[in-house]
Amino acid sequence: MTQYSYFPGCSMSSTGLTYKLSIDYVCGKIGLSLHEIPGWNCCGATCAHSKSRLTALALTARNLALAEREGLHLDVAVACASCYSRMKHTVYEARRDETVRRQLEDIIEMPYRAEADVLSFLDIFAQPEVMRACKEKMYRCLKGLRVACYYGCLTARPVEVTEASSTEEPMEMDRIVELTGATAVDWAFKTECCGASHQVDAPKQARPLLDRIYQNAVANGAQAIVTACPLCNLNLDMREAEREAAAGRKWGLPVYQFTQLLALCMGASAKEAGLPKHYYPALGLMEQYLKKEV
Amino acid sequence: MDKLLNQVKGKALAEKIADEAGVKLHECYQCGKCSAGCPMAASMDLMPRQIVQCMKLGMMTEVLKSRSIWLCASCHICADRCPHDINLPGLMEGARMEARRRNCIGVPEVEKFTEIFMGDVKAFGRNQEVVMEGLYNVTSGHLMQDMEYVPHMLVHKIVKPTIRVTAESAAVAELIDRAERLEAENANLSAEQRKGS
Repeated sequence: MTQYSYFPGCSMSSTGLTYKLSIDYVCGKIGLSLHEIPGWNCCGATCAHSKSRLTALALTARNLALAEREGLHLDVAVACASCYSRMKHTVYEARRDETVRRQLEDIIEMPYRAEADVLSFLDIFAQPEVMRACKEKMYRCLKGLRVACYYGCLTARPVEVTEASSTEEPMEMDRIVELTGATAVDWAFKTECCGASHQVDAPKQARPLLDRIYQNAVANGAQAIVTACPLCNLNLDMREAEREAAAGRKWGLPVYQFTQLLALCMGASAKEAGLPKHYYPALGLMEQYLKKEV
Repeated sequence: MDKLLNQVKGKALAEKIADEAGVKLHECYQCGKCSAGCPMAASMDLMPRQIVQCMKLGMMTEVLKSRSIWLCASCHICADRCPHDINLPGLMEGARMEARRRNCIGVPEVEKFTEIFMGDVKAFGRNQEVVMEGLYNVTSGHLMQDMEYVPHMLVHKIVKPTIRVTAESAAVAELIDRAERLEAENANLSAEQRKGS
């Protein structure tokens, strides 16, 4: 199986723990090796580029240059959608404009050739050979379960940077999740914004963004939401009970990372898949649907 | 600020922001698709399309004083659906930088969060979610915000009271200083070029 340089990002060892646990589990099973970039730093997320464009580019260029310095010549796997977006921006700018690339080298005081591509875990798991490898390792399934695949904004847009197959109706996660036998429902909010950090610094204005995601998922028959980003997942999972109380109705949607579903079907225990760490109860639905494949 | 930004100066500033975002303001024909799709529009005082229109007319006081430029979540739905591919998030971002330069902070919490986040990166090379949320709550006055989730995070070892530092965090701090310095130099250079032309 293939290997990648790996940029986990700041949240993977804390609020993104369920993503980390399940990625590690699945990669271990299918023999996909991830080489963590030594000495990596924060990508700056949405904050750096709202203050200084060059700082935002340089912070990620340093990580990509550190990966190049390893001499492994591997593409870079990125867990968080925001880190992914920032890194793709840097590769895009550096390849497009030689002056920018040289400026970045001056700032980070390291050579940076912009050779490696940046991939999200959705990009990686949507590859036919990885999907095949996953399928081979699955002996349990989630037949009958209906889920809404939530991609979020930054894996999709801006399209010239992300090179996404579709900015409104991507299908990669749907296909990956259907490996488990679950049904990915057709719904309208795949790439709508979860509010990201505005859930902290502008909560009153940002909370309705979550409400309409839950509402649309339920309206289209989903029993759970599936994500591919630590922050989208945190926003949707942690704040759901609070939003139910505010709306005076029950959405009843556990929020999983797509890798958790894969891990469970490959034999991970609830604990190994990180299910007890969820804020919104996530165990019951899996106990109901997870079965030995016949 | 009102006096400083008369229409002539406002137009020049709008052009500068548009240039940096790679936008030709006259291409916007006010179809409103940006505002229809914007998830934050319900809380904005100027609709995204009004931001572009104000910039076209040199009404930069209105733009820089708006809350909209701080509430934009950079989700890029507007630019994606725009028939002219107008980089509206780039305009929002540029306007926010100009507003900050004039100490005109439409939504102080957003600025506070950005400050604390970048302070974290500069000090440790990485973002410390625990430190960040704590500092944010204390300095923004929203002391108890999200505190109800802390017991769950501690019980399930989602956050730990330790700080993770990047191996060469000093190099990261220096990098940020160099980038900001270079950006300031570039800005001066292009300002002179604009004056010359």
